[in-house]
Order: sequence, then structure tokens, then C-alpha cells
Amino acid sequence: MAGYKPVVIQTYPVLGEKITQDTLYWNNYKVNFSPQPPYNYAVTASSRIHVYGRYSQEPIKTFSRFKDTAYCATFRQDGKLLVAGSEDGGVHLFDISGRAPLRQFEGHTKAVHTVDFTADKYHVVSGADDYTVKLWDIPNSREILTFKEHSDYVRCGCASKLNPDLFVTGSYDHTVKMFDTRTNESVISIEHGQPVESVLLFPSGGLLVSAGGRYVKVWDMLKGGQLLVSLKNHHKTVTCLCLSSSGQRLLSGSLDRKVKVYSTASYKVVHSFDYAASILSLALAHEDEMIVVGMTNGILSVKHRKSEAKKDTSSRRRRPAYRTFIKGKSFLKQRDDISINRPSKKHLELYDKDLKNFQISKALDRVLEPEITIKTPEVTVSIIKELNRRGVLANALAGRDEKELSRILNFLIRNLSQPRFAPVLINVAEIIIDIYLPVIGQSPVVDKKFLLLQGLVEKEIDYQRELLETLGMMEMLFATTPTKESTFTLEYKSDGVLENKIES
Amino acid sequence: MVEEGVLRVVRSGGSELNFRRAVFSADSKYLFCVSGDFVKVYSTVTEECVHILQGHSKMVTGIQLNPNNHLQLYSSSLDGTIKLWDYLDGILIKTFIVGHKLHGLFTLAHAENSVFVTINKEKPDVFQLVSVKLPKSSSQEIEAKEVSFVLDYINQSPKCVAFGHEGEYVAAVRDFYLSVYFFKKKTTSRFTLSSSKNKKHAKNDFTCVACHPKEDCIASGHRDGKIRLWRNFDDDKKYTYTCLHWHHDMVMDLAFSVTGASLLSGGRESVLVEWRDATEKNKEFLPRLGATIEHISVSPAGDLFCTSHSDNKIIVIHRNLEASAVIQGLVKDRNIFTGLLIDPRTRALVLNGKPGHLQFYSLQNDKQLYNLDIIQQEYINDYDLIQIELTKAAFGCQGNWLATVEQRQEKETELELQMKLWAYNKKTQGFVLNTKVSMPHDDHITALCFCNARKSETPTLVTCSKDGYFKVWILTDDSDIYKKAVGWTCDFVGSYHKYQATNCCFSEDGSLLAVSFEETVTLWDSETWELKCTFCQRAGKVRYLCFGRFTCSKYLLGATDNDILCCWNLLSCTLEWSTKLSVRVLEPDRNSENIAAISQSSEGSDLFVFKPSEPRPLYIQKNISREEVHWGVFVPRDVPETFTSESYQWLNRSQLYFLTKSQSLLTFSAKSPEEKLTPTSKQLLAEESLPTTPFYFILGKHRQQQDEKLNTMGNELVQLPVTENIPAISELLHTPAHVLPSASFLCTMFVNSLLLSKKTNSDEEIPDDEDMEEKESDSSDEENDVTEKVQDTNDIDAEEDIIHQLSKSEEKELRKLRKVDYSWLAAL
Repeated sequence: MAGYKPVVIQTYPVLGEKITQDTLYWNNYKVNFSPQPPYNYAVTASSRIHVYGRYSQEPIKTFSRFKDTAYCATFRQDGKLLVAGSEDGGVHLFDISGRAPLRQFEGHTKAVHTVDFTADKYHVVSGADDYTVKLWDIPNSREILTFKEHSDYVRCGCASKLNPDLFVTGSYDHTVKMFDTRTNESVISIEHGQPVESVLLFPSGGLLVSAGGRYVKVWDMLKGGQLLVSLKNHHKTVTCLCLSSSGQRLLSGSLDRKVKVYSTASYKVVHSFDYAASILSLALAHEDEMIVVGMTNGILSVKHRKSEAKKDTSSRRRRPAYRTFIKGKSFLKQRDDISINRPSKKHLELYDKDLKNFQISKALDRVLEPEITIKTPEVTVSIIKELNRRGVLANALAGRDEKELSRILNFLIRNLSQPRFAPVLINVAEIIIDIYLPVIGQSPVVDKKFLLLQGLVEKEIDYQRELLETLGMMEMLFATTPTKESTFTLEYKSDGVLENKIES
Repeated sequence: MVEEGVLRVVRSGGSELNFRRAVFSADSKYLFCVSGDFVKVYSTVTEECVHILQGHSKMVTGIQLNPNNHLQLYSSSLDGTIKLWDYLDGILIKTFIVGHKLHGLFTLAHAENSVFVTINKEKPDVFQLVSVKLPKSSSQEIEAKEVSFVLDYINQSPKCVAFGHEGEYVAAVRDFYLSVYFFKKKTTSRFTLSSSKNKKHAKNDFTCVACHPKEDCIASGHRDGKIRLWRNFDDDKKYTYTCLHWHHDMVMDLAFSVTGASLLSGGRESVLVEWRDATEKNKEFLPRLGATIEHISVSPAGDLFCTSHSDNKIIVIHRNLEASAVIQGLVKDRNIFTGLLIDPRTRALVLNGKPGHLQFYSLQNDKQLYNLDIIQQEYINDYDLIQIELTKAAFGCQGNWLATVEQRQEKETELELQMKLWAYNKKTQGFVLNTKVSMPHDDHITALCFCNARKSETPTLVTCSKDGYFKVWILTDDSDIYKKAVGWTCDFVGSYHKYQATNCCFSEDGSLLAVSFEETVTLWDSETWELKCTFCQRAGKVRYLCFGRFTCSKYLLGATDNDILCCWNLLSCTLEWSTKLSVRVLEPDRNSENIAAISQSSEGSDLFVFKPSEPRPLYIQKNISREEVHWGVFVPRDVPETFTSESYQWLNRSQLYFLTKSQSLLTFSAKSPEEKLTPTSKQLLAEESLPTTPFYFILGKHRQQQDEKLNTMGNELVQLPVTENIPAISELLHTPAHVLPSASFLCTMFVNSLLLSKKTNSDEEIPDDEDMEEKESDSSDEENDVTEKVQDTNDIDAEEDIIHQLSKSEEKELRKLRKVDYSWLAAL
């Protein structure tokens, strides 16, 4: 026959953000703030470039040989050289250990907003507001190529990490162009639709991500620039893009003060960060150790990820070996053997065991333990509800001493005003008052709790009254707004008995 | 082509099985139980109904095995007859006409040719136990008028009468009295419980009685849950009794095991209690049997028990208190809230079943398919407990979804409501809980309906509530990169002037939703959820609402509280017609335009079948039932019938089933009464096949040989070997004709193969003689056989030799046959 059915614990939907693997991962950042906007990180702000260390919040190095605002400081892959563009059209190359620039590439006539090293490490790509993109040779600091295909400011670019000859640039003329240094012209041109603020190539080079306007678009470069997916999750212009170290997640920062994390498999938002101001730049450190965000209010936000707490295995109780569990499982049935399976025992919670044995007071005591009442009050409420259903709630509540009673009252005081528990707990409160009314005044502790409970109920009543008043006011407002529908009534008579009224 | 008789209302299965104690056959293979006018024979192993013994014209009230022939069964009925049946073949042997209404039947091994019955004379509540002499006669119908009086003023229920060991006395209980009649002394002793005199509301009146099969001991059950064991009752003054108390509520039935070593009791707690040695300490329990135990019976062989339950079920229980089989009828003991539903997949009838369950009942086989646990909570069976009730259920989307509503209301203000949505899982072939909505509405849910239009891409459900709102629930995809999840969410809430929403209905194509708010019917566009149109009849609250189908889909029908049936035309938004009819059931047929309305009048219930487009009903049958009809449903037929007569055409595609107030399930049949409604009777397997126990493996082979020999001995003839076993013959028969040698060549070989060789015969004779003693015991019972063998330990060695010899001689024979077999093949 059917076995004992355990008590159904009412579950309540978790309000707010859903907790997933991603939220756990991305929430694991401590927040540090430094007074300004990558292992080391370079931050360009105004006419200075600050290099910050991995752990300290103070800049370990500052380059300040700029006459005007510096833009887009970028480390070479080996981390030894640093290149930056500037407002006056110069591109400056620094050795990380020295102070004076190693090279200065002159040729742009307007502000250089984007610079990058190519994959062979010996060339620098730069894009400027004079609509041109230039390729520079580092050893002899010469300009190799100039592309003049854009028709508006070039504000972003990215060199391929695999092929030294390929790089992409995004421009305010709404296009993203891929250039091949071997051909002197763009090989692919993609129409983004909005002024392009940021471009990003996937490590494989097969996918390109562009951001502009409110859109983040992903393009398949191997298919010649076909749109793969268009994401519209921000409600202001997206300014920066970044890939996580594993390549599984894509991050985008926007002027709407949010950083969103996408899964690169499904392109769905899996997490979102909130910041205090509009975000202009975004970078992730090696292994996602830090997330650095530069904002319009001049603040650089650095979040370090907490190292995963190592679980110490020593304190764990020694468990039976694996072979204990598979014992006898590998036995093959012989011809004349009859196998008898022992029915698997269903695991029951302790309170279920008590309820199964009709030990109602004991079951109630168990769920009134502090760890249950605080962590999972719904379990306590569900058991109370079950006792009520069995018609034994009053019996279970009766005959308690000062300590036990104050425990129940504490639970009531904490949870009575919660709407999801209220219908059950009001009933409990009524029963307790009925039972313990004759002994009131004997214990100051219990009396105090009763007074607390009374205060709580009065407060709740006042609150509800206010809510009703507000509701009444709102209904009045709704009633006064004119309704659009016109109503006419039509009377129809048949046989003189029936009357039909039609409203439409 | 079906022969068309008069359309009759017939009972369609599902009659109760728990009316009287079930009776086991002598070998415990079959179980008999009374079921309305029939006696049903069930197999205790397969739970299958193997025979229905029909012949009584009124309710069967008692069945007993014929003590003189255990292959025969007596049954008594309210029609005043006792019938004798051969239950293996399902044949009525004799009918004894007694004349009185018989309320119970008892047989005694010692009282030859007479049986005991309970009858009532004059006063309605006074019953007598009388013995009826059954005259011997060869005719089919015999008058048995020779009635002798035994006991007066007994209880109607056969549970309150029990016969003592050896048939020396009979004990009967009623109210506070225990009366014992001694057949030899022909005296009656009467015992009164002492406490009943003092207390006014003492609850220790008798409920049932049982007698010990070996000793002078009577066990009686009481309303307060006590069991009393009476001894020394042959003396009016020295009698004693002991008390056993475990039950907290009335003891429903008592039974002693065959040896008398243990006493079984059961009651409302749904726990079978086994009291060993009649002591309070030694008890065993079999808990959670599901419903109140009504009757307990014990098989004559002593290996099985069975309990009949109030939810129309019989559980067969092994001696070691393990339930082995459940015979479940249509569960009827509670109120039907959900009405009758049809599961679109299995075409099973779905309605409230066990507490908290939904039962799926196959109408074709008259058998319960399964129970679906909806409430999923431990059921505590107690009088004054307010249980969670399953109030509404609906199937949607071709049976892919099931919606259920459960409620529990303790006080006016404390309503607990829960709506559950179940998805059909193709892999497990069952329903799996998908969404649970607690408090979907603030007040009782009055109606629930799915949008069943095929074109709709998202499943839609509408609920109506007394709180004045109807809510539209749709299935939404809530899956993200981690998991796939679909669930139901509320999409729209509608109301109309804060009136209570009473009914809802989707049109056939799903484009319109009709919701009735008390007197007003509102029509809503299911795309935009805009109010399109309202109809108001000012004729009381709308009780039923349904759309016409197929060619009549432009009509909307409503039945109101003030007994008016209205039909609105949706194209002109006008009332098409209305009529005065107190509709109790309004049920549209899914396969045609027809709509059935069952109305209630002072004489009984009448049926009207009509098309909304035609003013004249297709079919009217007055007085289909004396009682009020509560629910009805059209069940689509698997094979369409071909009635040509216009008035029966509505039954071609579907069959109408309806449920009356007393919860009898009725339907219409055009077949003549002689034809059986359900052709379920199968031939009983008369041949006794041995069960495959470990003993079988040891003894089976040996025994088969013995059986064969027994045959040869019995016939006093040389039995030819069975033809299939001879390879030569089988070869002859199975070889293709074109490769066979000439017939003259085969002839001698064929004849030779049929002859028995002398040598083997002489070998076999030795074991034959030695086994003669054993054959007797073999034929009766296996268990005895085994015990006997253990006792005859001296013979074991000898026997082993015999087996050895046998196998040797057998080998020789086989070798010989093999030679014979292949010689002609070599000649080829």
C-alpha cells in the first residue's frame, strides 16, 4: 500500500534576481574604488596615463608627457610596451620601464581615439578623427599604410590576435571595416546602423562584436560579415565591450550605468552590474580576477574577485568507501536464482517521522528550533498548517512552559506581518491567546512578548487602513478619467416574456 | 447493423463491491463478491473479473460456498430466492424460492440441506434469523417454504450474526444485547452490557460479532472501538469477558483466522489489526489501506485475507500481512465535485476517486485504470476533520494538460485554495505536476475551462470565481541557459460590474470566450480580451453555459436558475429562442451538433436531445431516472454505431453516461435485455496449472510423469504416446512433401514408432507400484504433499533411486527413438 506521504512544504517564489551559477560568479567581486579611470592596467585620463598594479590601489607609474588628452592606452601582448593616442593627433609608444616615449608617430591631423598592436607585435594600428586609419612600423617608426575608407570619425578598432595582417575599425559613419594590410583596402565592410562605439574580435577571429547606439551586434566574419545576433539590452548607448578570459561570457558597458554579462552560447543576459555613473570603459583582468570600469564622473571602479574559499577536508567525517555502496551490485543472477529487492527506504525529515507517529507536540517543537525558524520559516508554517489540517493544532500548542511559549511568540512576532504566512499565523495567535489567557500575568517574559505582539497587530491594522485609504483615492482618480467606450442599450422583446439587453 | 429495440436506461457497471463480505473459493483462487444484482467472481492473483453470475432480479444480499460441494455457491437476494451456482462455468444450477425478502445468508457444514437466512416480518426494523430447508428435487425451480424460526430481534447486517464452532450455537448482536442460541439445548441466552444501563450516551453498543472456529469463544466489536472476547457463555451467571482496545473509533468488522490463533479487526482508521493469541500485547498492523474497512473475510485454506473498503475496493492480503492484490471498482463513497470528465487520451471516465485522488475509470472494461494523487498529502480519516477537497478538474489540449482545483474551508474567512496544472509525460505515460498556484482567486472557483481549439498555439485556461473575476492563464516559456522551464502565468483578469463569475466556456474555434456573471452573459474576444457583447435575460443566475458546435457554432446556450433555457444567436446578437425547462445537466456532444439536456420534474428526470438550430428536439425520453441526475457526459464511441432510426441517430457517434444523486452510473442501450452489456465473461481456466514455486522445480517433472502414468492406469489401456512427442511423426509432418520418400517405405517405420517397446515398459512398472501411495495425496493439495514427504524420510532414498532409474530408461528410449528417426533419412 501507499506509504506515508511527507508534509508538503509550501514554496514561495523567490522575489528579485534569480540566483544562477553566473550571478554567483559575477557577484563574487569585492568593490574597491580608486580616485581615478589593466596584472597591471593602464588607465588613460586627461593628459596622463596611470599604470596600476595588480593589488595596490595606487598608480605604480604615470606617463604624463602629453600636451593634450591621451586616449586608449594599450599594452602589447608581452606587457613591455604601451601605446596611446592623443588629442593632438600624435601616437606615443612607451617602454613600460622608461618615462620618455620610445617612438612618436606623427601623421594624423586630428585626435587619435584608438590604437592597437598587431599580432606580430611590430606594428601599431591607429584610427583618428581625420577619418583615416594608419598602420605604423615600430622599429623605424614609419607609416606603412593609410586607409581612407571611413567617412566619419574612427573611434574604435581591434587587431586580430591570430593574423598579423588583419584588423577591424569601427567608425561614426555606422560601418565596421576589416582591413588586410596585404591588399591596401578593406576586405569586409559591415553596416552596423548606428555610430560604432566599440568593436571586439573573438580570440578565434571568426566572430566580431560591434557596439553602437543601444545595440550590440555579433557578426560571423567567416560568412563574410553576416549578422548573427542583435542584442538590445541597454537603454542607452553602449560604449564598451569586453570578453571574459574563458571566452564564455561577453560584457558590455553602457551610459545607462550598467554592465551586462551575456552568455556567448545563447546571447542571453545572465548577469548585470550596476554602477554609480555612466560607463565609458571596461576591462577584465587575466582569469577574471578584476573587473575595472571607468565612469563619466572620473571614478575608476576596480572589483577584485574573492578567491574561492578552500574547503578543508580534514574536518569532514570519514565516509564509507565507494565499494561499500556498490557491494553486491555487480552480482550476476544465476539461472535458478530469484532476486529479491529490498524496497528502498524513503528518507523522511525528522518532523515527518514525528508526524508519522502522531507525535504532534514533538513535531512542532522540532520546527520551532531557531535554525529552522530563522532560515526556513516556511517549514514551520507548513507544519503548523498540517497540524491545523489534522485538527490537533490546539493540542500541540497547549501545555507549554515559559521558555517554549516565548519561543512560539518570538516566531509569531517575527513572521505574523508577512502576508504569505499571515492567514496561518493569525489562527495560531488566536489559539494561543485562548489557551494562555488564564495564566497571563504570571510571567513577565511572556507578558512582554504578548504586549509586543499586540503592538505589532495594532501597527499592522493602521498600515492596512492607510493602504485602503490610498486605494480609495486611486479608485476615485480612475473613476473620473473618461472612458473611451460608448455604450448604448438596445431593448428587444420576444413573446412579451423575455427581455434582451445588449450592450456593446 | 444493430438491431434496434427500445432505448433503455441501463446500469453501466461500477456497482458497489463492498456491500457484503467477500467469499473465497476453497482453493483461494477465486474471490466472490456481491455487486448489485450480480455476483462477481474475481481471480485473487490477477485481479481480473472472470465471471459475472447474473440471474437475480434484485440486490444480492448474501453469498456462501456450498459446504457439501465447494465448487458450488449459494446466493440470496431481496427478490426472495436462493440460487445455487456452479461458479467455474458460471451456470445457475437451482433456484429455491423462499418468498420473503432475504437480507443475509449463512450455511453450516453440519446442517445438511438447510441454510439460514435473515428475513424481516411485519415491522420494518425487526429481523429474524430462520433456517430454510432446501428440498431435494431435480427441477430447476423449487419452492422452499419450510421455514423454522431460530432467533428473533437481530440486526439486519450479516456482520451481526455468527455461527460457533461445530455449529453448536449461533451468536447475534443488536444494540446492547448479545444473544446466543444453542442448537442442542434449543435455548437462548442473552447478555446485556452493564454500562449501557447507567450511562445515557454510552457508545458501547455492538457493531459486529465473530465466533472462534475451535473454542467456545465469541468476539464482539463495539462502537467505542473495543473488542470483547466472551467465554463461558453457556452459563448465564459465570460468563466472563476480556477487552481488547486499540481502535479509537467503531470496530467495523471482526474475523478469526482459520486456526483461531489470531483475530482480525478493522475500522475507520483504515488499519487492519491482527491480534495474536487474543492478547492486547501481540498485535500486528497493516496500515494505510486507504479507506474505512467495511468487511474482513478469511479464505478457507487460511492463506489469504481480504478487506472490503468503503471506497469500493477489495484488498487481498497474504497471511503475513502483505497486500497482494487490489480489486478496485468505481470509487463512490464521496461527493462528486468534479463532475464527469473524459480523458481524451484513454477515453476513460475521470471523476473524484479516493480522497484527494482523481480516478481514471475504463467504461469498456468496467475497471479502474489508475488513481492520480492530486492533493499529495497524508490522509487522516476522521469524522470531524475538514479535508482538502478536490473540487474542479479539466482536461485541455487533447489531454496534454490537466488542471485541478482543491480547496479547504474551515471558517467563513479562512479559505485555502490551490490550483495545480499537470502536464502529460509521454515517457512515463502519466501526468506530472507542472505549476502550483496557491490562492488563484480570493473566493471559490466556480468554473474552469481550457481553450481546446486546435489552432491555438499557446494553451489557455480560464478560471471563474465568486470573487467577481475571471482569470486567463497561459503557458509561458521561462527557460534560460541553465534549464528549460515552462509554466502557467496569469495573462488577463476580467470582471463585469463586480458580479460573481459563475460559468465560462470557449467557442469551438477558440475565438470567443463566454463568461456568465450571475444573470449576465458576457462575450470576450480571446485575442485581445476585449468585451464584445453582453446578453442579459433577467431570468435568474446562469447555471450552465455552452456553445453550439459545427454548423450550430453561431449559437450560445444558457440555462438559468429560474428554469429557462435560452439560445442566443451570436451573429445577430439576439435571442433565438427560449423555453421553460428546469435543466440539471446541459452537455454538448463533442462529435456532433447535438446537445443533451436533462431536466428535473416532480416525477423524475427527463432527457431532451436537440440541435440548437432546430426548435424541435431530436429525442425525448421521460423519466430516465427517479432520482435527480447530477452529472452527464458524452463519451465518444470507438466504433460508430449505425442506428438508422432518426430518434437514435444521436447515439451513433457518442454514448451518454449520467450519474444520479445516489451515484449510480447509467447509460442508454438499444440492445435487447438478453444481450449482455459487457461481454466480459471469459471461460474459467478449469485446468489446474501448477504455480512455479521452487518446489515445482524439484517436484514438477517427477509429478508430470506420474500424472501420465495415472492416466494409463485409470483407463486400463495402453496409452499411446502423445503424437507430438514422437520425432518420427513430427518429422513426417513437417518435412516438405516433395523431399519425402514413398509412402510404402514410410509405413512400417510409422507403425513401429507408435508401438511401445517391451523393455521400457518393464522398467516403468517398478516405480508405478511404489508411487501408488503418493498419488492420493498429490491430487489434493501440494502443501500436504510436501509435509508428508518430509515425514516419510525413510522412503526418500528409495525414491531417489527411482528417479535415477527413470532417467536412465528414459535416456534409452530417447536413443532408440533417435535411431528410428534418422534411419529413413539415411536411406534417402
